[in-house]
Amino acid sequence: MIKARVTVTLKNGVLDPQGKAIEGALGALGFDGIGQVRQGKVFDLQIESADKAKAEEDLKAMCEKLLANTVIENYSISFA
Amino acid sequence: MKSAVVQLPGLNRDRDMIAALTKISGKAPVTVWQTETDIPDVDLIVIPGGFSYGDYLRCGAIAARMPVMQAIKAKAEKGVKVLGVCNGFQILVEAGLLPGALMRNASLKFVCREIKLEVVNAETDFTRAYSKGQVIRSPVAHHDGNYFADAETLKTIEGNGQVVFRYAEGTNPNGSMNDIAGVMNAEGNVLGMMPHPENLIEAAHGGSDGRGLFASALEVIAA
Repeated sequence: MIKARVTVTLKNGVLDPQGKAIEGALGALGFDGIGQVRQGKVFDLQIESADKAKAEEDLKAMCEKLLANTVIENYSISFA
Repeated sequence: MKSAVVQLPGLNRDRDMIAALTKISGKAPVTVWQTETDIPDVDLIVIPGGFSYGDYLRCGAIAARMPVMQAIKAKAEKGVKVLGVCNGFQILVEAGLLPGALMRNASLKFVCREIKLEVVNAETDFTRAYSKGQVIRSPVAHHDGNYFADAETLKTIEGNGQVVFRYAEGTNPNGSMNDIAGVMNAEGNVLGMMPHPENLIEAAHGGSDGRGLFASALEVIAA
C-alpha cells in the first residue's frame, strides 16, 4: 500500500480572507512578527497498489480533476 | 419554451426556482436528478441555489462532477441555455462551463440582504427585457460569492461583454473583482450569477425586478 499526501495551497496573488483572519487572531494572541498566513488543505490518501509511478500519475489526475481548483490553487504530492 | 431544473442533494432553492419558472412561463419545468445522463428536450436548464454536498471540498466541486453535469455540458455545446444561480453559479465554474472561481466572501460572513444590480450587457438571451445600465433590485444569500479570475481572463470577459451583471456602486457584498455578479460564456448561452432573481418576481416578494431575466430566457413578454 502506498501512502500519499496531497497539499493544496492558494496561488500567489489570490486573496485569502481566511488566512488574513487567522493572521489577525494570531496577532491578537500576542504572536508578533507574522508576515503572512495562507490557509491550505491537506489530503492523506491510501492507495491499494505497489506501483508508485502509476500512483503518482493517478494522484496528479485526481488533483487536476477534483482535489484542486487550478484556477486558484496549486497542489503538491508527497509520499510517506 | 420548456425548462428543466436540476436537483442535487443539498440544493434548497429548487422549489423557489420551479415556482418562478412556472409562474412566468405558465408551464412547470421538468426536474432532473443528479444521476440522470439524459436531459429531456428543453430550451433552458437551470441549476438552482443551495449547498450541494454541504459545500464539502469547495462550493459546487462535488456537484460539478456528477453524471448530470456531463449531460448539461453536452446540451450547452448544442446551444441550449443554461442558467446557474448562487450554488448553481459555483457549480458551473467548477465544471469549467464558466471562467473564474468563486471564493469565500471577503468579509468572511454569510451575506443575506438586498443589493442593487447593474445590467452591464442587455443584449443577451437572459437580459433582453432589461436595458443597458439599468439598475435592478435583487436579493443575495451566500458565503462564497467572491468572484476571482486571473488578469488575462478578466480582460477577456470584460472585453467580450461576458460580464452580464455587476453589483451597483457601493453594494458589492462579497469583494468580487470588478464588482462582478454575473458572467456568461463566450458563446452567450451559459449564465451564472450569485444574486437570486427568482426571489423577486411578484408583488408578494415586494417587487418583480427579477422577472425580466426569466421573461428573457423563456422568451415571454416581460410583465
